[in-house]
Amino acid sequence: MITGTGVGSVEGYAARRGVRSRLGGLRRLDWPLFVAVLALSVIGALLVRSATFQLLTEQGKDPEGFLKRHILNLFIGFALGGLVTVLDYRLLRAYVPILYGVACVGLVAVLTPLGETINGSHSWIVLGGGFQVQPSEFAKVGLVVLLAMILGEPRDGEIGPGRRDVLLALVLAGVPAVLIMLQPDLGTTLVFIAVVLGMLAISGAQKRWLFGLVGGGAAAAAAVWFFGLLEDYQIDRFTAFLDPEADPRGAGYNAQQARIAVGSGGVFGKGLFHGEQTGGHFVPEQQTDFIFTVVGEELGFVGGAVIVALLGVVLWRGLRIATQAADLFGTLVATGVVCWMGFQTFQNVGMSIGIMPITGLPLPFVSYGGSATFANMIAFGLLQAVHVRRRPFD
Amino acid sequence: MNPRTHFRLVVLYVLVAALMLVLVGRLWSLQVLEGEHYRGIAAQNRTRDIVVPAVRGMILDDRGRPLVRNTSALVVSVDRTTLLRQKDGGEGILRRLSAVLGIGQDEITKRIRLCGPGIKRPCWPGSPYQPIPVEDHVDPKRALQIMERQEEFPGVTAQVQAVRDYPEPNGAKPAQVLGYLQPITQEEMDKRTGLKVTGYSGVDLVGRAGLEAQYDAALRGEPGFRKVLVDSQGRVTGTADEQAAVPGNHLVTSIDAGVQGAAENALKHAIDGARKAGRPADAGAAVVMDVQTGRMVAMASHPTYDPAIWTGGISQEQYEALLGKKKGEPLISRVTQGQFAPGSTFKVSSVAAAVKDGNSLNGIYPCPGSYNVGNRAFRNFEGQGHGPMNLHMALVKSCDTIFYRFAYQEWQRDGGMKPKKNPSDPMVRMARDYGFGSRTGIDLPSESEGRIPDRAWKKDYWEVTRAANCKGAKEGYPQVAKTDPARAAYLKAVATENCTEGFVWRPGDAANFSVGQGDVLVTPLQLVRAYAAIANGGRLVVPRLGVAVMRPDGTVAQRIEAPPAKRLPVDQKVIKYIRDALADVPKQGTAAGAFGGFDMKTVEVGGKTGTAEVYGKEDTSWFASIGPMKKPRFAVVAMVSQGGTGASTAAPAVREIWEAMYGTKDRPPLLKDGRLPSELPALPGGEGTAP
Repeated sequence: MITGTGVGSVEGYAARRGVRSRLGGLRRLDWPLFVAVLALSVIGALLVRSATFQLLTEQGKDPEGFLKRHILNLFIGFALGGLVTVLDYRLLRAYVPILYGVACVGLVAVLTPLGETINGSHSWIVLGGGFQVQPSEFAKVGLVVLLAMILGEPRDGEIGPGRRDVLLALVLAGVPAVLIMLQPDLGTTLVFIAVVLGMLAISGAQKRWLFGLVGGGAAAAAAVWFFGLLEDYQIDRFTAFLDPEADPRGAGYNAQQARIAVGSGGVFGKGLFHGEQTGGHFVPEQQTDFIFTVVGEELGFVGGAVIVALLGVVLWRGLRIATQAADLFGTLVATGVVCWMGFQTFQNVGMSIGIMPITGLPLPFVSYGGSATFANMIAFGLLQAVHVRRRPFD
Repeated sequence: MNPRTHFRLVVLYVLVAALMLVLVGRLWSLQVLEGEHYRGIAAQNRTRDIVVPAVRGMILDDRGRPLVRNTSALVVSVDRTTLLRQKDGGEGILRRLSAVLGIGQDEITKRIRLCGPGIKRPCWPGSPYQPIPVEDHVDPKRALQIMERQEEFPGVTAQVQAVRDYPEPNGAKPAQVLGYLQPITQEEMDKRTGLKVTGYSGVDLVGRAGLEAQYDAALRGEPGFRKVLVDSQGRVTGTADEQAAVPGNHLVTSIDAGVQGAAENALKHAIDGARKAGRPADAGAAVVMDVQTGRMVAMASHPTYDPAIWTGGISQEQYEALLGKKKGEPLISRVTQGQFAPGSTFKVSSVAAAVKDGNSLNGIYPCPGSYNVGNRAFRNFEGQGHGPMNLHMALVKSCDTIFYRFAYQEWQRDGGMKPKKNPSDPMVRMARDYGFGSRTGIDLPSESEGRIPDRAWKKDYWEVTRAANCKGAKEGYPQVAKTDPARAAYLKAVATENCTEGFVWRPGDAANFSVGQGDVLVTPLQLVRAYAAIANGGRLVVPRLGVAVMRPDGTVAQRIEAPPAKRLPVDQKVIKYIRDALADVPKQGTAAGAFGGFDMKTVEVGGKTGTAEVYGKEDTSWFASIGPMKKPRFAVVAMVSQGGTGASTAAPAVREIWEAMYGTKDRPPLLKDGRLPSELPALPGGEGTAP
């Protein structure tokens, strides 16, 4: 009932404004969200430069090489986000099967010889010319929209999705999750679980589904552990998380060095581009997974808190958008994006400061990486799209 | 929006806010509360101190000839920590290293293992955190292979280092005097303040014996350091701070390479001669001292070794040879650590004691072939009687019975078997006044005390040996009795006596003491000093090897002075009397044979022979001498353990040393006008400043 009037009124609104609708749409954008994402992107670009220019100089390459590519990625990303914002997200439903299919094909492709192993994970497809794609990033977008479609079907009388819908959602989410697990990419799998759980909860699914899922997940994790399905390095990372000093040159090295870099930053940091730990490459993967250590060392507690706050703004606006969405589909899309970004933020910052085990996940809107940037910007576009078409009165 | 979705969205709000707060809270604790701690770790993370070892100073002789100097050598070292961090425990690196150096992999593995109980040499006695030298004197081409392919040799370095070199000027090889260096142990390193040489740049070596140990602080210098910036791979990216090393100072000693070489040769000739005569001659010493100053001019000890074997790793075989009894323990200096019964050379003390005890200096005393001390007859050497004679002749002819009589009469005056409360014991006291039974205080570590077996010593010894003696007294010696019942009976009688009254200072003890026999032990250094006191008019000097510590620029950092000399409590008259007697020994006394044809005009030498009986072994051969008699400058002592009589073995060695110092018809003198250089030498150019 409520949903129906909401949709109708937005359509009427858009129709009434005619040509002016685009300008009006621009005015209806969530500007705090936009500003937060823009700020994160700019700071991120500077951090990417800080993390890479010294090593690139030492290697005799263009010291701004990473920065340039990252800026290009950001432009493409914003363009993609804009495109998604302008599109009526409800039309996406029609393309969801295609999107899902492409994502699954991509995920299968990385497991074939087409895939490339980088840092122990078979997650990339090399396109040639120095370009490579990480299908699992796009699969996150696919997952959010797919679940929103299944769980957000207009229902009569029922508060939550039926058993059939839930099972369908779980099966369809399970296929890419297993493919990602095979890469192996534990971090993205965990993102999938967080997104599924969050979207199921918000869709109004019965509690038993949620508890069943959590319990089943725990049992599965235990099984994986006991049957030795994890790679050695993954086990090492977890044990190293429990006791980073145990093997400071081995698995605990990253965690230890990350904490040293962040801890040595103090209140105000050592200044952008002046991090000695950063300049000495003590922390690996510093432009991607461990970019927060650059924040911690060079910008200190103040900078770190600002980054966390900006990401908090993104999540807050995302939740606000979910609350104000014109329909359950929109609510669920926004919820999915929030769960994705929220989990990834907590996991990424958490592992840099020693409260989460190390898994390879980038920091949303900040880390270097084309596929991740594009996927994040598409998600950002989805949030804006839902917001633009929100209920007129709240 | 349905209420369930709405409620759950609110929960999600709270969850997200909570997670963000957790992150900020943790950041606060990490960066603000613990920031200082992590800043400290970070500072170590990005800089590394490379310690630049100081070049150790040289040890020079009195004319500036280096006895020890440095040469540069390419040393290949292995860092154990890096090695063990490799996946295969460094196996691969060692295999490649073995191929490059042409040393077996087993051998390298042995050289870098840590020394410990049950581990044979070669092994590493230093700190496990230091790079361990595997090979010095590496061919530069091979070293280059290692340095160019660092990725194949992580933890392996090749560097030019200064290593000790022994040039042996004039054949002088005073190994025990110079001592040797060994890597610093972890405990020593922990104790040492200031910079520690632990980096790749070199090993911290410490003097372990001899002058290297005694003057370690002066020779060592101050290591410098370079604080370098490193990245996570340990690659040096720049230098943050630098402080140059201060090279060690040089030590000028009073050893004269020429005389030292001559003393070593003379000792060797004496030992070879004694061996030719069928005696074991297992050890020996030859010492030359400046009697006026106490400066040591030469200190030769046999058996000896080549100190160069300490440079680089030492093999188990070499190590055992150095320490083992089989090779005669060549590390032990017989001059300062060898303890032997002095025999008749000891009489210079006993004469003074007898005179001080009231016997007339000019009296005539009988010298029968044997003298009854208590119920036992004590004989002269070879049982020869000489008739009545004065003390002069008693020294010249080395009459023992005169001294037995002095000792026995004195013992009786002290109460005999039931001694007075404060026995006077003049011979024991005089021996102590001559410096026997205590360290001379020479500037060398591990000097021996010798032994003056007085009443207190007898009592202590009795208590230590009582249990064994009383067991022998009770049970007899059945093992011995099987083959030699007479000997077993004798042993039982001795054990019985020792068990019940072994603590008593017996007349035999007093008699033996008077002629430097029985339990008396002296070091050749103590004896040469006692004779120096007779030569210089009664000053008991403190021997010194070090003359001055000189800075690398040639200026004097410190002049080394000996502590003031004590005076012998002996009248000048008596000292002169003894000196005159000593002068006649080579002319008409016991050493007349050995000094036959000696050119007394060039240098008039006086001395005293000593032939000490050692239970179960051949006699210890001694000759102690001073000269020139008119104005004595040097005291020269030679000793050969199991070498026969003093006249046959030690006296010729002493003669050879004097002839070398003052020259003969066929041989130019080593000392011009019999003098040592009075000025400090100039430093030799070049060698000392190796990198």
